Amino acid sequence: MDIFLQLTVSGLSTGMIYALAAAGFVVIYKASDVINFAQGDLLLLGTYLIFFGVAQVGLPWSLGVLVTLLLAVAVALAVERLVLRPLVGEPIISMIMVTIGLSSVLRGVTGAIWGPNPRSFDSFLPAGDIVLGPATLSAGRVLSIPIALAVLAGLGLFFRHTRDGIAMRAIADDQQAALSMGISIPRVFGVAWGLAAVSAALGGIMLAGIVGVSPNVASIGLRVFPVVILGGLDSIAGAVLGGAVIGLLEVYVGFYVGHGLNLVVPYVVLVLVLMVRPYGLFGKEVIERV
Amino acid sequence: MTGADPPPLLSLNNIEVLYDDVILVLRGLSLDVAEGQIAALLGSNGAGKTTTLKATSGLLYVEDGEVSDGTIVFDGEEIQGMDAHRIVERGIFQVLEGRRVFEHLTVRENLLAGAYTRSARRGLEAETDKVYEYFPALAERRGQQAGYLSGGEQQMLALGRALMASPRLLLLDEPSLGLAPTLVETIFGALQRINREEATTILLVEQNARIALSVADYGYIMEGGRVVLEGSAEELTANEDVKEFYLGLAEAGRRSYRDVKHYRRRKRWLS
Repeated sequence: MDIFLQLTVSGLSTGMIYALAAAGFVVIYKASDVINFAQGDLLLLGTYLIFFGVAQVGLPWSLGVLVTLLLAVAVALAVERLVLRPLVGEPIISMIMVTIGLSSVLRGVTGAIWGPNPRSFDSFLPAGDIVLGPATLSAGRVLSIPIALAVLAGLGLFFRHTRDGIAMRAIADDQQAALSMGISIPRVFGVAWGLAAVSAALGGIMLAGIVGVSPNVASIGLRVFPVVILGGLDSIAGAVLGGAVIGLLEVYVGFYVGHGLNLVVPYVVLVLVLMVRPYGLFGKEVIERV
Repeated sequence: MTGADPPPLLSLNNIEVLYDDVILVLRGLSLDVAEGQIAALLGSNGAGKTTTLKATSGLLYVEDGEVSDGTIVFDGEEIQGMDAHRIVERGIFQVLEGRRVFEHLTVRENLLAGAYTRSARRGLEAETDKVYEYFPALAERRGQQAGYLSGGEQQMLALGRALMASPRLLLLDEPSLGLAPTLVETIFGALQRINREEATTILLVEQNARIALSVADYGYIMEGGRVVLEGSAEELTANEDVKEFYLGLAEAGRRSYRDVKHYRRRKRWLS
């Protein structure tokens, strides 16, 4: 039982990091229909920026988080302005291809600056353990769950109620109609990339605190796909649920069934879910009027 | 439209529109819309009516079109080539052909999207209430996804979105498209009310010349990218060519198709 609880907390905390990365992916997809293959690399950028701020420059961690978020937003806005905006109005597929290029560039640049070796530093997350009955849980992991949930809830509310949130969903539905009501597409795409960067960077910061800093973090980008497809490409709630499911599955299967299999199972579940609900658990259905 | 009239709210002067740098769609089109009036822009498919509206609202640029010559003056300011959102901010709002509601947004969210350029959040509730008062059918469905509305309700929503922006000039592209006759009357009744009560000037593109001329003050007839005939709605309704080619009537009333084929009358403005 204590093992099960530890596995659950561990799976949920990993799952919430997936969810943060996935939420950024969802934001960009919702606003622009672009599938951002560089989402995992934004996460990677987040881990290296916090490492740079806290371990290399020596900032206190609160300031480090702030600087990380600001730098990540700056990078995302620069990418949006210089790479994606010139492609507005071009076929979506060109934008998607560009994000694949962007992924390589981000990986290359972080590799060039910080090298290929894993780095470690004193985590800013509380290092102690929480003893809960028979189980001993890492405080950092436990704490990361509510933080991630709060951020994700904020994103969900943003889409429901704010002017820019509604504008983003409007653009996703019909870009030209959105233009006709004065919605500024560059502005909204900028906001979307900024939010995606914040979300991914927060995920990266937590990841840095929990497992450390290494170029392998980018491979989490691949995990984002089962998460978002499971939850529905355009649903924040779906990203949370998808993250939790994939995170838990990985640890349960890894522990109870066998290591190695945990890397495959998310995709198996993905296929099964898509057979039943092709638009994901929370995805929007295509509306057909007859 | 001459002499001592006040300057028109919208004035298109000799505009040319090119698509993809080569295809000339408008060739020296000029028209004026006087403040407070409803102007109708009529013409057959491909005459350039929609292009005229999109040139005015700035939506040409996402389709690789551009105003390559001439000026578009709105309220004394040249607006050709401006970004669409700046034009909306100045008070021009285009309702696109085919309704184009945001299907996955609720009715209410569609309306809020229409109010995007209103900087103040205050007054939004009053404005949505006004739309519901214009179109009670929308009030009942405010929480529903717009994609599930009927065609008539979607057209009401498209107009409601425009109302939310309180535009000075409303550009309407084929509001009667695909609607049953009673719905067309509802929509055009609402248009007249918007024109009178909100003091909104309207430029209306229509295939249905009869209903367009019944609400319009002034009309233009377009062919091949330019205006070939203009006049007050009464003058146009009385014009023999308009009767025959756009209203489907000749002096003797309805013609059979065989007669038309037999006697291909030449439009007088072509001579």
